[in-house]
Amino acid sequence: MNGNLFRGELVRLTAEEPELLGKTFSSWDRDSEFRRLLDDEPPCLWSAKKIKEWFEKDSYEGDESGISFCIRTLQEDCLIGFIGLWDIEWSHGDAEVGIGIGDRERWGKGYGTDAMRVILRYGFTELNLQRITLGVFGYNGRAIRSYEKAGFTVEGRMRQALYRDGSRADIVFMGILRDEWQALNGEQLAD
Amino acid sequence: MKISESLFVAENICLAPIDHEKDAEIESRWTHDAEYMRLLSLEPALPLSAAQLKKRYEKIEKEQDEKKNLFYFTVRMRPDDRLVGFARLYWIEWSNAGGFVQLGIGDPNDRQHGYGTQVLRLLLRYAFDELNLYRLTAVIPEYNPLALHLFSKAGFVEEVRRRKALNRDGKRWDLLHLGILHEEWDALQAGSR
Repeated sequence: MNGNLFRGELVRLTAEEPELLGKTFSSWDRDSEFRRLLDDEPPCLWSAKKIKEWFEKDSYEGDESGISFCIRTLQEDCLIGFIGLWDIEWSHGDAEVGIGIGDRERWGKGYGTDAMRVILRYGFTELNLQRITLGVFGYNGRAIRSYEKAGFTVEGRMRQALYRDGSRADIVFMGILRDEWQALNGEQLAD
Repeated sequence: MKISESLFVAENICLAPIDHEKDAEIESRWTHDAEYMRLLSLEPALPLSAAQLKKRYEKIEKEQDEKKNLFYFTVRMRPDDRLVGFARLYWIEWSNAGGFVQLGIGDPNDRQHGYGTQVLRLLLRYAFDELNLYRLTAVIPEYNPLALHLFSKAGFVEEVRRRKALNRDGKRWDLLHLGILHEEWDALQAGSR
């Protein structure tokens, strides 16, 4: 039994208080590049209060189709981003993973890849998923390389699905199957 | 295309509004057909009562009214208006001009008559020439070859193959995303003229 399910080599996955989440997310969202790498909808600037209220509602009511965490560095214990599994299709064992490193000083330093490895292990060994899916924007090469490092394979492209700054970009779909994850990590899981 | 050419009427079928009084009984029968439900949706098949469907109709019209990202139609036979299916453009994202498309013909006896082809033709024209969308996506399980054929025939191409994303009857199946761009649809129109 792995007692360190939430801990990687650089980061750990945590739950945080809505108050802190409101303040932190509201400030991260002011970085439009962060938002446009993360989301295909036009970025909105929400108040800390509004975001806090969303998190309060989420954690009290629960939602069977999504599970999310915050990401903290092991070394300095800094809150740097979030990661989660959404649209979990329990009957089929598929889920979509989403990740954002809001603190741009931490981009390109391996924190995201490490967090992704932790949530893959959580998805396959605790939620018993059969596969994990993600969508990433064609112009986000850094993220695509990180996902490939974590074991994802490109499964296709929604052509020209994004329209930004006057040009169109694909949404790239990637996936990793349970047996691919096992082979990469030398794990043997019961089906 | 011209203004006088109806957006809602094809040769045998038409797109029409929901009839809150009469449609629920008929659609409830369709939902008791597990095969139909599994061809249509990834969610566990579940029969719905007429009362549940009436609530769903309320929800659909509320969403269409408030969020403006859904266009829902019933599909009816001409000229008697008999309900045969539904069609929808959903998850429309205006900033990227993209959306998703789905249709269903409820009674097996009404399938394979070309009604789906007519519905899809109306939906594409509505999406591209009225909503001015740039692209459409259809999400179809590998085990629904009739739908794959229908959408391919209309010009959709396979874009994404989510490997083994579905588990049904103990077997794993791929989930496909098919897409069509406005310009591809334009080229097909020009070719058929």
